[in-house]
Amino acid sequence: MTRLRAVLRARGVLVADGGWGTMLMRRGLALGECPERWCLDRPDEVRDVARQYVGAGAEVVMTNSFGANRLKLERFGLEAQAAELNEIAARLSREAAGPERFVFGSVGPTGRLLVVGEVTEAALAEAFGEQAAALVAGGVDAILVETMIDVEEARVAVRAARACAQVPVACTFTFERSAAGAYHTIMGVAPAAAARAALEAGADIVGTNCGRGVADMVAIVRTMRAAAPDVPILVQANAGLPDAAGVYPETPESMVAHVPALVRAGAGIVGGCCGTTPAHIRAIRRVVDRIREGR
Amino acid sequence: MNDILQRIATAVERGKTDRDAPYPPDLRGEEGAAELTARALQQGIPPERVLADALVQGMQAVGDRFERGQAFLPDLLIAARAMTAAMAHLRPAFESGAVQHRGTFVVGTVAGDLHDIGKRIVAMVMEGNGWKVVDLGINVPAARFLEAIPGQDRCVVGLSALLTTTMPAMENTVRTIKAQHPEVPVFVGGAPVTAEFGARIGADGYFPNPQGLVRHLGRRGV
Repeated sequence: MTRLRAVLRARGVLVADGGWGTMLMRRGLALGECPERWCLDRPDEVRDVARQYVGAGAEVVMTNSFGANRLKLERFGLEAQAAELNEIAARLSREAAGPERFVFGSVGPTGRLLVVGEVTEAALAEAFGEQAAALVAGGVDAILVETMIDVEEARVAVRAARACAQVPVACTFTFERSAAGAYHTIMGVAPAAAARAALEAGADIVGTNCGRGVADMVAIVRTMRAAAPDVPILVQANAGLPDAAGVYPETPESMVAHVPALVRAGAGIVGGCCGTTPAHIRAIRRVVDRIREGR
Repeated sequence: MNDILQRIATAVERGKTDRDAPYPPDLRGEEGAAELTARALQQGIPPERVLADALVQGMQAVGDRFERGQAFLPDLLIAARAMTAAMAHLRPAFESGAVQHRGTFVVGTVAGDLHDIGKRIVAMVMEGNGWKVVDLGINVPAARFLEAIPGQDRCVVGLSALLTTTMPAMENTVRTIKAQHPEVPVFVGGAPVTAEFGARIGADGYFPNPQGLVRHLGRRGV
Protein backbone atom coordinates (compact mmCIF):
# COMPACT_ATOMS: atom_id res chain seq x y z
CA MET A 1 0.00 0.00 0.00
CA THR A 2 2.97 2.29 0.58
CA ARG A 3 3.78 3.05 -3.07
CA LEU A 4 0.12 3.33 -4.05
CA ARG A 5 -0.59 5.70 -1.17
CA ALA A 6 2.48 7.79 -1.98
CA VAL A 7 1.49 8.15 -5.63
CA LEU A 8 -2.11 8.91 -4.70
CA ARG A 9 -0.97 11.57 -2.28
CA ALA A 10 1.33 13.12 -4.88
CA ARG A 11 -1.24 13.12 -7.71
CA GLY A 12 -4.46 13.48 -5.72
CA VAL A 13 -6.50 11.42 -8.15
CA LEU A 14 -5.59 8.40 -10.26
CA VAL A 15 -7.27 7.32 -13.49
CA ALA A 16 -8.30 3.68 -13.88
CA ASP A 17 -9.28 1.74 -16.99
CA GLY A 18 -12.75 1.14 -18.47
CA GLY A 19 -14.88 -1.82 -19.54
CA TRP A 20 -13.25 -5.07 -20.65
CA GLY A 21 -16.12 -7.21 -21.89
CA THR A 22 -17.17 -5.04 -24.81
CA MET A 23 -13.53 -4.49 -25.77
CA LEU A 24 -12.98 -8.24 -26.00
CA MET A 25 -16.22 -8.65 -27.97
CA ARG A 26 -15.01 -6.10 -30.51
CA ARG A 27 -12.00 -8.35 -30.94
CA GLY A 28 -14.22 -11.36 -31.59
CA LEU A 29 -15.09 -12.79 -28.19
CA ALA A 30 -18.27 -14.75 -28.95
CA LEU A 31 -21.40 -14.59 -26.84
CA GLY A 32 -21.33 -17.44 -24.37
CA GLU A 33 -17.57 -17.84 -24.61
CA CYS A 34 -15.43 -17.75 -21.45
CA PRO A 35 -13.66 -14.35 -21.52
CA GLU A 36 -10.88 -15.50 -19.20
CA ARG A 37 -10.02 -18.31 -21.58
CA TRP A 38 -8.62 -15.67 -23.89
CA CYS A 39 -5.68 -15.32 -21.48
CA LEU A 40 -4.59 -18.72 -22.83
CA ASP A 41 -5.93 -18.63 -26.39
CA ARG A 42 -5.65 -14.98 -27.42
CA PRO A 43 -3.09 -13.39 -25.06
CA ASP A 44 -2.13 -10.70 -27.59
CA GLU A 45 -5.73 -9.45 -27.73
CA VAL A 46 -5.99 -9.37 -23.95
CA ARG A 47 -2.72 -7.49 -23.58
CA ASP A 48 -3.87 -5.08 -26.28
CA VAL A 49 -7.00 -4.13 -24.30
CA ALA A 50 -4.82 -3.18 -21.35
CA ARG A 51 -2.44 -1.37 -23.70
CA GLN A 52 -5.28 0.69 -25.21
CA TYR A 53 -6.33 1.82 -21.75
CA VAL A 54 -2.74 2.67 -20.88
CA GLY A 55 -2.59 4.67 -24.12
CA ALA A 56 -5.77 6.47 -23.11
CA GLY A 57 -4.14 7.61 -19.87
CA ALA A 58 -5.10 4.95 -17.34
CA GLU A 59 -2.67 4.76 -14.44
CA VAL A 60 -4.42 1.73 -12.95
CA VAL A 61 -5.28 -1.22 -15.21
CA MET A 62 -7.25 -4.30 -14.29
CA THR A 63 -6.74 -7.92 -15.35
CA ASN A 64 -8.88 -10.20 -17.51
CA SER A 65 -9.69 -12.41 -14.54
CA PHE A 66 -13.14 -11.24 -13.36
CA GLY A 67 -14.70 -14.70 -13.53
CA ALA A 68 -11.51 -16.72 -13.07
CA ASN A 69 -12.44 -18.33 -9.76
CA ARG A 70 -12.67 -22.11 -9.79
CA LEU A 71 -16.38 -22.12 -8.92
CA LYS A 72 -17.25 -20.09 -12.02
CA LEU A 73 -14.69 -21.78 -14.25
CA GLU A 74 -16.32 -25.16 -13.52
CA ARG A 75 -18.99 -24.16 -16.02
CA PHE A 76 -16.36 -24.31 -18.78
CA GLY A 77 -14.46 -27.27 -17.38
CA LEU A 78 -11.55 -24.92 -16.70
CA GLU A 79 -11.48 -25.12 -12.89
CA ALA A 80 -8.15 -26.96 -12.84
CA GLN A 81 -6.60 -24.05 -14.76
CA ALA A 82 -7.81 -21.34 -12.40
CA ALA A 83 -4.35 -20.52 -11.05
CA GLU A 84 -2.77 -20.56 -14.51
CA LEU A 85 -5.43 -18.24 -16.02
CA ASN A 86 -5.04 -15.72 -13.21
CA GLU A 87 -1.29 -15.72 -13.35
CA ILE A 88 -1.31 -15.13 -17.12
CA ALA A 89 -4.00 -12.43 -16.77
CA ALA A 90 -1.78 -10.60 -14.30
CA ARG A 91 1.30 -10.93 -16.48
CA LEU A 92 -0.50 -9.65 -19.60
CA SER A 93 -1.77 -6.51 -17.86
CA ARG A 94 1.67 -5.98 -16.28
CA GLU A 95 3.33 -6.17 -19.70
CA ALA A 96 0.99 -3.46 -20.93
CA ALA A 97 1.25 -1.33 -17.80
CA GLY A 98 5.02 -1.43 -17.30
CA PRO A 99 6.57 -1.15 -13.86
CA GLU A 100 5.27 2.34 -13.04
CA ARG A 101 1.54 2.00 -13.52
CA PHE A 102 -0.54 -0.08 -11.16
CA VAL A 103 -2.11 -3.42 -11.99
CA PHE A 104 -5.18 -4.43 -9.98
CA GLY A 105 -6.10 -8.12 -10.12
CA SER A 106 -9.83 -8.42 -10.83
CA VAL A 107 -11.79 -10.81 -8.59
CA GLY A 108 -15.53 -10.97 -9.32
CA PRO A 109 -18.38 -12.82 -7.59
CA THR A 110 -18.69 -16.59 -7.85
CA GLY A 111 -22.39 -16.40 -8.69
CA ARG A 112 -23.27 -18.79 -5.83
CA LEU A 113 -25.47 -17.67 -2.98
CA LEU A 114 -24.34 -18.12 0.60
CA VAL A 115 -27.74 -17.22 2.00
CA VAL A 116 -29.50 -20.25 0.50
CA GLY A 117 -26.60 -22.60 1.15
CA GLU A 118 -25.46 -22.99 -2.49
CA VAL A 119 -21.88 -22.60 -1.32
CA THR A 120 -20.06 -22.57 2.01
CA GLU A 121 -17.82 -19.79 3.28
CA ALA A 122 -14.97 -22.30 3.31
CA ALA A 123 -15.42 -23.13 -0.40
CA LEU A 124 -15.61 -19.42 -1.26
CA ALA A 125 -12.48 -18.68 0.78
CA GLU A 126 -10.59 -21.46 -0.97
CA ALA A 127 -11.60 -20.27 -4.45
CA PHE A 128 -10.84 -16.61 -3.74
CA GLY A 129 -7.58 -17.47 -1.96
CA GLU A 130 -6.37 -19.50 -4.93
CA GLN A 131 -7.28 -16.70 -7.35
CA ALA A 132 -5.64 -13.94 -5.31
CA ALA A 133 -2.43 -15.94 -4.78
CA ALA A 134 -2.13 -16.60 -8.52
CA LEU A 135 -2.76 -12.94 -9.41
CA VAL A 136 -0.01 -11.92 -6.98
CA ALA A 137 2.32 -14.55 -8.43
CA GLY A 138 1.64 -12.96 -11.84
CA GLY A 139 2.70 -9.58 -10.52
CA VAL A 140 -0.35 -7.49 -9.58
CA ASP A 141 0.06 -4.50 -7.25
CA ALA A 142 -3.32 -4.99 -5.59
CA ILE A 143 -6.30 -7.31 -5.52
CA LEU A 144 -9.61 -5.76 -6.61
CA VAL A 145 -12.62 -7.61 -5.23
CA GLU A 146 -15.25 -6.05 -7.50
CA THR A 147 -18.88 -5.80 -8.56
CA MET A 148 -19.97 -7.37 -5.30
CA ILE A 149 -23.72 -7.58 -4.63
CA ASP A 150 -23.48 -9.80 -1.55
CA VAL A 151 -21.60 -8.16 1.30
CA GLU A 152 -21.05 -11.56 2.96
CA GLU A 153 -19.33 -12.93 -0.14
CA ALA A 154 -17.25 -9.73 -0.36
CA ARG A 155 -16.13 -10.16 3.25
CA VAL A 156 -14.93 -13.69 2.52
CA ALA A 157 -13.13 -12.55 -0.65
CA VAL A 158 -11.37 -9.64 1.06
CA ARG A 159 -10.30 -11.81 4.01
CA ALA A 160 -9.05 -14.56 1.67
CA ALA A 161 -7.07 -12.05 -0.40
CA ARG A 162 -5.71 -10.50 2.79
CA ALA A 163 -4.63 -13.87 4.16
CA CYS A 164 -2.67 -15.03 1.13
CA ALA A 165 -1.31 -11.88 -0.41
CA GLN A 166 1.00 -9.15 0.79
CA VAL A 167 -0.59 -6.55 -1.48
CA PRO A 168 -3.35 -4.01 -0.81
CA VAL A 169 -6.92 -5.17 -1.25
CA ALA A 170 -9.66 -3.01 -2.80
CA CYS A 171 -13.33 -3.87 -2.67
CA THR A 172 -16.11 -2.36 -4.81
CA PHE A 173 -19.85 -2.92 -4.62
CA THR A 174 -22.69 -2.47 -7.10
CA PHE A 175 -25.75 -0.59 -5.89
CA GLU A 176 -29.30 -0.15 -7.11
CA ARG A 177 -31.61 2.75 -6.37
CA SER A 178 -34.96 2.08 -4.74
CA ALA A 179 -38.16 3.88 -5.71
CA ALA A 180 -37.66 6.01 -2.60
CA GLY A 181 -34.24 7.07 -3.93
CA ALA A 182 -32.12 5.09 -1.45
CA TYR A 183 -29.12 3.10 -2.63
CA HIS A 184 -28.54 -0.51 -1.66
CA THR A 185 -27.08 -3.73 -3.06
CA ILE A 186 -29.71 -6.12 -4.42
CA MET A 187 -29.26 -7.90 -1.10
CA GLY A 188 -30.38 -4.76 0.73
CA VAL A 189 -27.13 -3.33 2.11
CA ALA A 190 -26.55 0.43 1.93
CA PRO A 191 -23.23 1.92 0.73
CA ALA A 192 -22.07 2.99 4.21
CA ALA A 193 -22.67 -0.46 5.69
CA ALA A 194 -21.00 -2.14 2.71
CA ALA A 195 -17.94 0.10 3.07
CA ARG A 196 -17.72 -0.64 6.79
CA ALA A 197 -17.99 -4.39 6.16
CA ALA A 198 -15.16 -4.24 3.60
CA LEU A 199 -12.97 -2.26 6.01
CA GLU A 200 -13.67 -4.69 8.85
CA ALA A 201 -12.62 -7.55 6.58
CA GLY A 202 -9.34 -5.75 5.90
CA ALA A 203 -9.83 -3.74 2.69
CA ASP A 204 -7.39 -0.88 2.07
CA ILE A 205 -9.53 0.73 -0.64
CA VAL A 206 -13.33 0.69 -0.94
CA GLY A 207 -15.60 1.83 -3.72
CA THR A 208 -18.40 1.26 -6.15
CA ASN A 209 -18.63 0.10 -9.76
CA CYS A 210 -21.03 -0.90 -12.52
CA GLY A 211 -24.48 0.40 -11.49
CA ARG A 212 -26.71 2.96 -13.13
CA GLY A 213 -24.22 5.57 -14.22
CA VAL A 214 -21.80 8.15 -12.98
CA ALA A 215 -24.38 10.67 -11.72
CA ASP A 216 -25.60 8.21 -9.06
CA MET A 217 -22.03 7.51 -8.01
CA VAL A 218 -21.58 10.99 -6.51
CA ALA A 219 -24.17 10.38 -3.78
CA ILE A 220 -22.89 6.85 -3.18
CA VAL A 221 -19.29 8.06 -2.81
CA ARG A 222 -20.36 10.76 -0.39
CA THR A 223 -21.92 8.25 2.01
CA MET A 224 -19.03 5.83 1.58
CA ARG A 225 -16.58 8.62 2.35
CA ALA A 226 -18.41 9.40 5.61
CA ALA A 227 -18.28 5.72 6.61
CA ALA A 228 -14.67 5.23 5.49
CA PRO A 229 -12.94 8.59 5.98
CA ASP A 230 -9.35 7.34 5.82
CA VAL A 231 -9.11 5.10 2.77
CA PRO A 232 -9.00 5.81 -0.97
CA ILE A 233 -12.29 5.37 -2.82
CA LEU A 234 -12.36 3.70 -6.24
CA VAL A 235 -15.20 4.43 -8.70
CA GLN A 236 -15.82 2.69 -12.03
CA ALA A 237 -19.24 3.66 -13.36
CA ASN A 238 -21.10 2.22 -16.33
CA ALA A 239 -21.71 4.53 -19.26
CA GLY A 240 -25.29 4.84 -18.00
CA LEU A 241 -28.05 2.27 -18.42
CA PRO A 242 -28.34 0.86 -21.93
CA ASP A 243 -31.43 1.72 -24.00
CA ALA A 244 -33.75 -0.74 -25.73
CA ALA A 245 -31.27 -1.13 -28.59
CA GLY A 246 -28.51 -1.99 -26.12
CA VAL A 247 -26.67 1.29 -26.60
CA TYR A 248 -25.06 2.91 -23.54
CA PRO A 249 -26.13 6.56 -23.42
CA GLU A 250 -23.14 8.24 -21.75
CA THR A 251 -20.67 9.78 -24.15
CA PRO A 252 -17.17 10.57 -22.90
CA GLU A 253 -18.25 14.23 -22.61
CA SER A 254 -21.47 13.60 -20.66
CA MET A 255 -19.68 11.18 -18.36
CA VAL A 256 -16.76 13.43 -17.45
CA ALA A 257 -19.08 16.30 -16.61
CA HIS A 258 -19.60 14.46 -13.29
CA VAL A 259 -15.96 13.72 -12.56
CA PRO A 260 -15.17 16.95 -10.63
CA ALA A 261 -18.17 16.31 -8.34
CA LEU A 262 -17.08 12.71 -7.93
CA VAL A 263 -13.61 13.81 -6.84
CA ARG A 264 -15.04 16.44 -4.49
CA ALA A 265 -17.25 13.73 -2.94
CA GLY A 266 -14.11 11.73 -2.16
CA ALA A 267 -13.22 9.53 -5.14
CA GLY A 268 -9.47 8.94 -5.38
CA ILE A 269 -9.33 6.50 -8.30
CA VAL A 270 -11.74 7.06 -11.21
CA GLY A 271 -12.33 4.82 -14.22
CA GLY A 272 -15.21 3.16 -16.04
CA CYS A 273 -17.15 -0.11 -16.21
CA CYS A 274 -19.65 -1.56 -18.72
CA GLY A 275 -20.03 0.48 -21.89
CA THR A 276 -16.97 2.66 -21.29
CA THR A 277 -14.13 2.66 -23.81
CA PRO A 278 -10.64 4.14 -24.15
CA ALA A 279 -12.38 7.32 -25.41
CA HIS A 280 -14.17 7.64 -22.05
CA ILE A 281 -10.93 7.05 -20.14
CA ARG A 282 -9.06 9.59 -22.28
CA ALA A 283 -11.74 12.16 -21.44
CA ILE A 284 -11.57 11.30 -17.74
CA ARG A 285 -7.79 11.69 -17.83
CA ARG A 286 -8.10 15.18 -19.35
CA VAL A 287 -10.43 16.29 -16.56
CA VAL A 288 -8.26 14.69 -13.89
CA ASP A 289 -5.19 16.46 -15.30
CA ARG A 290 -7.03 19.75 -14.99
CA ILE A 291 -8.01 18.94 -11.39
CA ARG A 292 -4.37 18.14 -10.62
CA GLU A 293 -3.17 21.45 -12.10
CA GLY A 294 -5.62 23.27 -9.87
CA ARG A 295 -4.44 21.61 -6.67
CA MET B 1 -56.27 -19.27 13.09
CA ASN B 2 -54.95 -22.65 14.17
CA ASP B 3 -51.79 -22.11 16.22
CA ILE B 4 -49.59 -24.50 14.25
CA LEU B 5 -50.67 -22.97 10.93
CA GLN B 6 -49.73 -19.55 12.31
CA ARG B 7 -46.35 -20.92 13.34
CA ILE B 8 -45.76 -22.38 9.87
CA ALA B 9 -46.66 -19.05 8.26
CA THR B 10 -44.20 -17.27 10.53
CA ALA B 11 -41.47 -19.83 9.85
CA VAL B 12 -41.91 -19.31 6.10
CA GLU B 13 -42.06 -15.54 6.39
CA ARG B 14 -38.86 -15.47 8.43
CA GLY B 15 -37.17 -18.08 6.23
CA LYS B 16 -36.72 -20.65 8.97
CA THR B 17 -36.33 -23.83 6.90
CA ASP B 18 -35.74 -26.49 9.54
CA ARG B 19 -34.28 -26.88 13.00
CA ASP B 20 -30.68 -26.99 11.70
CA ALA B 21 -30.96 -23.87 9.52
CA PRO B 22 -28.60 -21.09 10.67
CA TYR B 23 -30.93 -18.35 9.34
CA PRO B 24 -32.40 -16.32 10.86
CA PRO B 25 -29.97 -16.27 13.79
CA ASP B 26 -32.61 -15.38 16.41
CA LEU B 27 -34.54 -18.60 15.64
CA ARG B 28 -31.51 -20.89 15.87
CA GLY B 29 -32.44 -24.31 17.27
CA GLU B 30 -36.18 -23.80 16.92
CA GLU B 31 -38.49 -25.86 14.73
CA GLY B 32 -38.71 -24.69 11.13
CA ALA B 33 -41.27 -24.84 8.33
CA ALA B 34 -40.33 -28.46 7.52
CA GLU B 35 -40.88 -29.93 11.01
CA LEU B 36 -43.99 -27.84 11.67
CA THR B 37 -45.56 -28.84 8.34
CA ALA B 38 -44.88 -32.53 9.01
CA ARG B 39 -46.53 -32.19 12.44
CA ALA B 40 -49.55 -30.32 11.09
CA LEU B 41 -50.14 -33.13 8.59
CA GLN B 42 -49.75 -35.74 11.34
CA GLN B 43 -52.39 -33.86 13.35
CA GLY B 44 -54.73 -34.43 10.43
CA ILE B 45 -54.88 -30.89 9.08
CA PRO B 46 -55.69 -31.25 5.35
CA PRO B 47 -52.72 -30.53 3.07
CA GLU B 48 -54.68 -27.96 1.08
CA ARG B 49 -55.27 -26.00 4.31
CA VAL B 50 -51.57 -26.18 5.22
CA LEU B 51 -50.76 -24.81 1.78
CA ALA B 52 -53.39 -22.07 1.59
CA ASP B 53 -53.62 -20.97 5.23
CA ALA B 54 -49.98 -21.30 6.27
CA LEU B 55 -47.39 -21.57 3.50
CA VAL B 56 -48.98 -19.14 1.05
CA GLN B 57 -49.73 -16.68 3.87
CA GLY B 58 -46.08 -16.69 4.93
CA MET B 59 -44.82 -16.05 1.38
CA GLN B 60 -47.38 -13.31 0.94
CA ALA B 61 -46.29 -11.60 4.15
CA VAL B 62 -42.63 -11.48 3.15
CA GLY B 63 -43.62 -10.48 -0.40
CA ASP B 64 -45.63 -7.56 0.93
CA ARG B 65 -42.69 -6.43 3.07
CA PHE B 66 -40.42 -6.71 0.02
CA GLU B 67 -42.72 -4.45 -1.97
CA ARG B 68 -42.77 -1.89 0.85
CA GLY B 69 -38.96 -1.88 0.88
CA GLN B 70 -38.87 -3.47 4.33
CA ALA B 71 -37.46 -6.79 3.16
CA PHE B 72 -34.82 -7.58 0.55
CA LEU B 73 -33.80 -10.37 -1.77
CA PRO B 74 -32.15 -12.54 0.91
CA ASP B 75 -35.42 -12.44 2.86
CA LEU B 76 -37.40 -13.54 -0.21
CA LEU B 77 -34.86 -16.26 -0.94
CA ILE B 78 -34.73 -17.82 2.50
CA ALA B 79 -38.52 -17.63 2.73
CA ALA B 80 -38.79 -19.40 -0.63
CA ARG B 81 -36.36 -22.03 0.56
CA ALA B 82 -38.37 -22.61 3.74
CA MET B 83 -41.52 -22.87 1.65
CA THR B 84 -39.87 -25.38 -0.68
CA ALA B 85 -38.71 -27.49 2.28
CA ALA B 86 -42.24 -27.52 3.67
CA MET B 87 -43.69 -28.39 0.24
CA ALA B 88 -41.58 -31.57 0.19
CA HIS B 89 -43.90 -32.87 2.94
CA LEU B 90 -46.89 -32.12 0.72
CA ARG B 91 -45.55 -34.23 -2.13
CA PRO B 92 -48.01 -37.12 -1.60
CA ALA B 93 -50.85 -34.60 -1.70
CA PHE B 94 -49.51 -33.16 -4.97
CA GLU B 95 -49.25 -36.66 -6.42
CA SER B 96 -52.79 -37.59 -5.38
CA GLY B 97 -54.12 -34.32 -6.81
CA ALA B 98 -55.36 -33.04 -3.43
CA VAL B 99 -53.22 -29.92 -3.93
CA GLN B 100 -51.85 -28.47 -7.14
CA HIS B 101 -48.99 -26.32 -8.32
CA ARG B 102 -50.07 -22.93 -9.58
CA GLY B 103 -48.58 -23.92 -12.91
CA THR B 104 -45.24 -24.56 -14.51
CA PHE B 105 -42.58 -21.89 -14.82
CA VAL B 106 -40.13 -22.67 -17.62
CA VAL B 107 -37.14 -20.39 -17.16
CA GLY B 108 -33.74 -19.85 -18.75
CA THR B 109 -31.04 -17.33 -19.64
CA VAL B 110 -31.13 -16.67 -23.39
CA ALA B 111 -28.63 -17.92 -25.97
CA GLY B 112 -25.18 -16.40 -25.71
CA ASP B 113 -25.65 -15.25 -22.14
CA LEU B 114 -23.96 -17.11 -19.29
CA HIS B 115 -25.45 -15.19 -16.37
CA ASP B 116 -27.08 -17.54 -13.94
CA ILE B 117 -27.73 -15.88 -10.63
CA GLY B 118 -30.62 -13.56 -11.47
CA LYS B 119 -32.48 -16.32 -13.27
CA ARG B 120 -31.92 -18.73 -10.37
CA ILE B 121 -33.18 -16.16 -7.88
CA VAL B 122 -36.41 -15.79 -9.85
CA ALA B 123 -36.71 -19.59 -10.12
CA MET B 124 -36.30 -20.01 -6.36
CA VAL B 125 -38.88 -17.35 -5.54
CA MET B 126 -41.37 -18.81 -8.04
CA GLU B 127 -40.90 -22.30 -6.60
CA GLY B 128 -41.41 -20.87 -3.14
CA ASN B 129 -44.68 -19.39 -4.36
CA GLY B 130 -46.06 -22.73 -5.41
CA TRP B 131 -44.90 -23.03 -9.00
CA LYS B 132 -43.34 -26.12 -10.51
CA VAL B 133 -40.06 -24.85 -11.97
CA VAL B 134 -38.33 -26.19 -15.07
CA ASP B 135 -34.94 -24.46 -15.13
CA LEU B 136 -33.33 -24.84 -18.55
CA GLY B 137 -30.10 -23.20 -17.36
CA ILE B 138 -27.97 -20.62 -19.14
CA ASN B 139 -27.14 -20.02 -22.83
CA VAL B 140 -30.49 -21.59 -23.83
CA PRO B 141 -31.36 -21.56 -27.55
CA ALA B 142 -34.97 -20.74 -28.47
CA ALA B 143 -35.49 -24.32 -29.66
CA ARG B 144 -34.93 -25.69 -26.13
CA PHE B 145 -37.82 -23.56 -24.86
CA LEU B 146 -40.02 -24.98 -27.61
CA GLU B 147 -39.10 -28.50 -26.52
CA ALA B 148 -39.82 -27.76 -22.86
CA ILE B 149 -43.23 -26.10 -23.18
CA PRO B 150 -45.52 -28.84 -24.58
CA GLY B 151 -47.27 -30.93 -21.94
CA GLN B 152 -46.68 -28.44 -19.12
CA ASP B 153 -49.76 -27.50 -17.17
CA ARG B 154 -50.57 -23.75 -17.14
CA CYS B 155 -47.16 -22.95 -18.56
CA VAL B 156 -45.51 -19.56 -18.08
CA VAL B 157 -42.07 -18.74 -19.51
CA GLY B 158 -39.38 -16.51 -17.98
CA LEU B 159 -36.40 -15.24 -19.99
CA SER B 160 -33.30 -13.62 -18.52
CA ALA B 161 -30.61 -11.54 -20.24
CA LEU B 162 -27.82 -9.69 -18.43
CA LEU B 163 -25.95 -8.43 -21.48
CA THR B 164 -27.02 -5.75 -23.93
CA THR B 165 -25.44 -7.95 -26.58
CA THR B 166 -27.83 -10.82 -25.88
CA MET B 167 -30.97 -8.70 -25.92
CA PRO B 168 -31.49 -9.57 -29.63
CA ALA B 169 -31.41 -13.26 -28.63
CA MET B 170 -34.14 -12.48 -26.11
CA GLU B 171 -36.27 -10.94 -28.86
CA ASN B 172 -35.70 -13.95 -31.10
CA THR B 173 -36.66 -16.32 -28.27
CA VAL B 174 -39.88 -14.43 -27.48
CA ARG B 175 -40.91 -14.38 -31.14
CA THR B 176 -40.05 -18.06 -31.64
CA ILE B 177 -42.12 -19.09 -28.61
CA LYS B 178 -45.03 -16.82 -29.53
CA ALA B 179 -45.11 -18.15 -33.10
CA GLN B 180 -45.68 -21.70 -31.83
CA HIS B 181 -47.44 -21.06 -28.52
CA PRO B 182 -49.24 -17.70 -28.68
CA GLU B 183 -51.23 -18.64 -25.55
CA VAL B 184 -48.14 -19.09 -23.34
CA PRO B 185 -47.27 -15.91 -21.41
CA VAL B 186 -43.61 -14.93 -21.74
CA PHE B 187 -42.01 -12.61 -19.20
CA VAL B 188 -38.58 -11.00 -19.40
CA GLY B 189 -36.06 -9.65 -16.92
CA GLY B 190 -32.41 -8.82 -16.35
CA ALA B 191 -30.30 -5.72 -15.74
CA PRO B 192 -30.41 -4.11 -19.22
CA VAL B 193 -34.04 -5.10 -19.89
CA THR B 194 -36.82 -2.54 -19.53
CA ALA B 195 -40.62 -2.56 -19.76
CA GLU B 196 -40.41 -0.73 -23.11
CA PHE B 197 -37.98 -3.28 -24.50
CA GLY B 198 -40.21 -6.12 -23.29
CA ALA B 199 -43.23 -4.58 -24.98
CA ARG B 200 -41.35 -3.93 -28.20
CA ILE B 201 -40.18 -7.55 -28.55
CA GLY B 202 -43.65 -8.96 -27.89
CA ALA B 203 -43.22 -10.18 -24.31
CA ASP B 204 -46.19 -10.19 -21.94
CA GLY B 205 -44.39 -8.24 -19.28
CA TYR B 206 -41.17 -7.13 -17.65
CA PHE B 207 -40.50 -7.12 -13.91
CA PRO B 208 -37.49 -5.63 -12.16
CA ASN B 209 -37.67 -8.22 -9.37
CA PRO B 210 -39.16 -11.70 -8.83
CA GLN B 211 -41.84 -10.45 -6.46
CA GLY B 212 -43.28 -8.29 -9.24
CA LEU B 213 -43.80 -11.38 -11.38
CA VAL B 214 -45.32 -13.35 -8.48
CA ARG B 215 -47.76 -10.54 -7.79
CA HIS B 216 -48.67 -10.09 -11.43
CA LEU B 217 -49.43 -13.80 -11.84
CA GLY B 218 -51.42 -13.77 -8.61
CA ARG B 219 -53.54 -10.90 -9.94
CA ARG B 220 -54.16 -12.73 -13.18
CA GLY B 221 -55.50 -15.54 -11.04
CA VAL B 222 -53.00 -18.02 -12.37
